[in-house]
Amino acid sequence: MSVHVLKPGLLTTLQDRGRPGYAALGVGTAGAMDEVALRLANALVGNAEDAAALEITLSGPRLRFAAAATIALTGAHFNATLDGRPLAAWRPQHVAAGSVFDGGPARRGTLAYLAVAGGFLSESVLGSRSSDLNAHIGPRALRTGDELTIDNASQHAAHRRSTWSLDPRPWFDPDRARPIRLIRGTHFAALDHASQDTLFAAPFRISTQSNRVGFRLDGPHLALAAPLELISEAVTAGTVQLPPGGQPIVLMAEHPTTGGYPRIAHVAAIDRPRLAQRRPGDTLTFAEIELDDAQTRYLERERELVRLIAAIRKRQA
Amino acid sequence: MNADERALVIEPLGETVLLLRFGDDIHNALNVRVHAAAALLRAVELPGIVDLVPAYATLALHYAPEIWIGHHNTPWRHLADAVRAVFATPPADAAPPTPALVEIPVCYGGDDGPDLAEVAHHCALRTDEVIAHHAAATYTVAMLGFAPGFPYLLGLDTRLHTPRRATPRTRVTAGSVAIGGAQTGIYPAELPGGWHLIGRTPLTLFDATLDPPCLLAAGDRVRFHAIDRADFDALARPHAR
Repeated sequence: MSVHVLKPGLLTTLQDRGRPGYAALGVGTAGAMDEVALRLANALVGNAEDAAALEITLSGPRLRFAAAATIALTGAHFNATLDGRPLAAWRPQHVAAGSVFDGGPARRGTLAYLAVAGGFLSESVLGSRSSDLNAHIGPRALRTGDELTIDNASQHAAHRRSTWSLDPRPWFDPDRARPIRLIRGTHFAALDHASQDTLFAAPFRISTQSNRVGFRLDGPHLALAAPLELISEAVTAGTVQLPPGGQPIVLMAEHPTTGGYPRIAHVAAIDRPRLAQRRPGDTLTFAEIELDDAQTRYLERERELVRLIAAIRKRQA
Repeated sequence: MNADERALVIEPLGETVLLLRFGDDIHNALNVRVHAAAALLRAVELPGIVDLVPAYATLALHYAPEIWIGHHNTPWRHLADAVRAVFATPPADAAPPTPALVEIPVCYGGDDGPDLAEVAHHCALRTDEVIAHHAAATYTVAMLGFAPGFPYLLGLDTRLHTPRRATPRTRVTAGSVAIGGAQTGIYPAELPGGWHLIGRTPLTLFDATLDPPCLLAAGDRVRFHAIDRADFDALARPHAR
C-alpha cells in the first residue's frame, strides 16, 4: 500500500525513536522531537511504539491514500482535514481508498505526528527508519511526488469504528506561559552571579535560527565569571550550551554527540516535548528543578504513559 | 598528583547520562584511562547502559533510568554508586583489547590540501617536512564526535601545531585531513570546519549503510602515508575501505 505526497508541507520527515547506541561513533539518537506524541500516535493505530510516523512541522502535507488505512494524528493542534472535512485528532480514524489528508496549518504548537496502522516503511539504517537531516542519515524530508510505503503485512485491526478519543491535555501542553524546567549543569557555577539569576528570571525568545539540531535563544546575554578552556565531551538532548557570544543554545533531537561549550543547564526530560512544541519567535522562561525531582517526575510520566498505551491496546484487542 | 591518582568524578548530564571525569585536558595518559574505563564497563555489563561515549578526558554513560530505580535513591545516584563499586574492585581480566592499527593513505597538498603551505609557513618548515612529520607519527583515536565518524587524533608532532583558521570554511570536502591546534583529524563527510586542510584520503571514514559504519573506533591507532594523485584516483571508489 502506498501514500502519494501531493504537497510536502513545510518540513515533514519520517521519525521513530531514533538511533540510540551509536553515540560513540558520533551518531546521535535523533528521532522524534516530541517522543510522547509519536508513541501515542503509534499506540492509537495499534503499532509498536517504535514504528515510523510522519513528523509534521507548522504547515502540514497533503497526502492521498491509495488504499484504505487507519491513521491517528497527535501532538500539536493542526487544522487537519480528511477529504475536506475536519479530522479529529488523538483517536484512530478510518481512511477510505483514494482519500486525501491535508495537515493544514498548526493552530497551537509546532509538531504533529501522523501514524498509520502498519507503520511507514523506509530502509532501516543503524536500526532506525528516521531522518537525521543534520547527519544525513536515513531518508530526506518529503517532497511532492514521493510515494510512501506502508507495511501491509502488519496492518492492525485497530480501525473498528471507535467512538472514543484520548484527552490530549496531559500529553500536549499548549500553554506558552508555563516555564520550562532546567536542571543546573556542570558549568552553571561558572556563570557570573547576574547571569545565574538572569537564567531563571528573564524571558528568552526562540530564535528563527532554530531547527531539529538546537534552539538558539535570543534575549539577555549570559556571561561566565572567568573564561573557561574546555575540551570536547559528551552532550545530550536538552543540554543548554553557552557559546562565547552569550546566547544559550538548547540542544534538540539532532544535536552533535560531543561539544566543547560550557554546559550551563539541562532541560528536564519531562519538559523536552513541551519545548519542542514551541515556535521560533515564542518567548519562554525557565524555572529550576533539582535532578532528583526531575528524574522522579520523568519516571512517573513514563509509568503513566506505559499504563495509557496498555489501556489503548486493551481496547483494540 | 599524576593522572592515575586523581579521584573519579561523576557529573550527571540530565536524567539519562552520567559523565565520568578523569581530568580536564588533552593528553595521552588521561585518554588511556578513558579507554580502559570503557573496556572495564563493557566487561562488567551493568544493566541498562545504552551507550558508552569516550572523549579526551571523560567517558559518558547513557543509561535507562527505569532500570536503576532504587529503594532509597534516585536512579542516577544508584548507578553512580554501582559505577564507583566497579572502579573500586575492577575484575582482573578487564584489560583493554589490543588496539587496531589502521593505515590511511593521504594525497598531501595541492587541491586536496589547500592549507599545506600556510601550515608550513606558520611552523617555519618546508611543505615536504610537514608531510614527513605528519606521516611519521602513530596517532591514537582519542574520540569520535562533532559529526558521524569524525576522529580526533592524539599524537600530532608539536612542530606541526597550528591554531585554527580565523574564519572557518562553510564546506570542507569529505576525506580532508586537517590540523586544528594540537590535534589532527579527518572530515568524514562534507562539513563546515575551521581546521587547516593539508591533504585528503580516498578512504570512506563513515557510511551508515556499512557494518561497521566507521572505519575507525575510539582507541584505534592510525598512521598516515603519502600517496600521489594517481594512487588517490585508483583508490577512490565507492565505499573504499
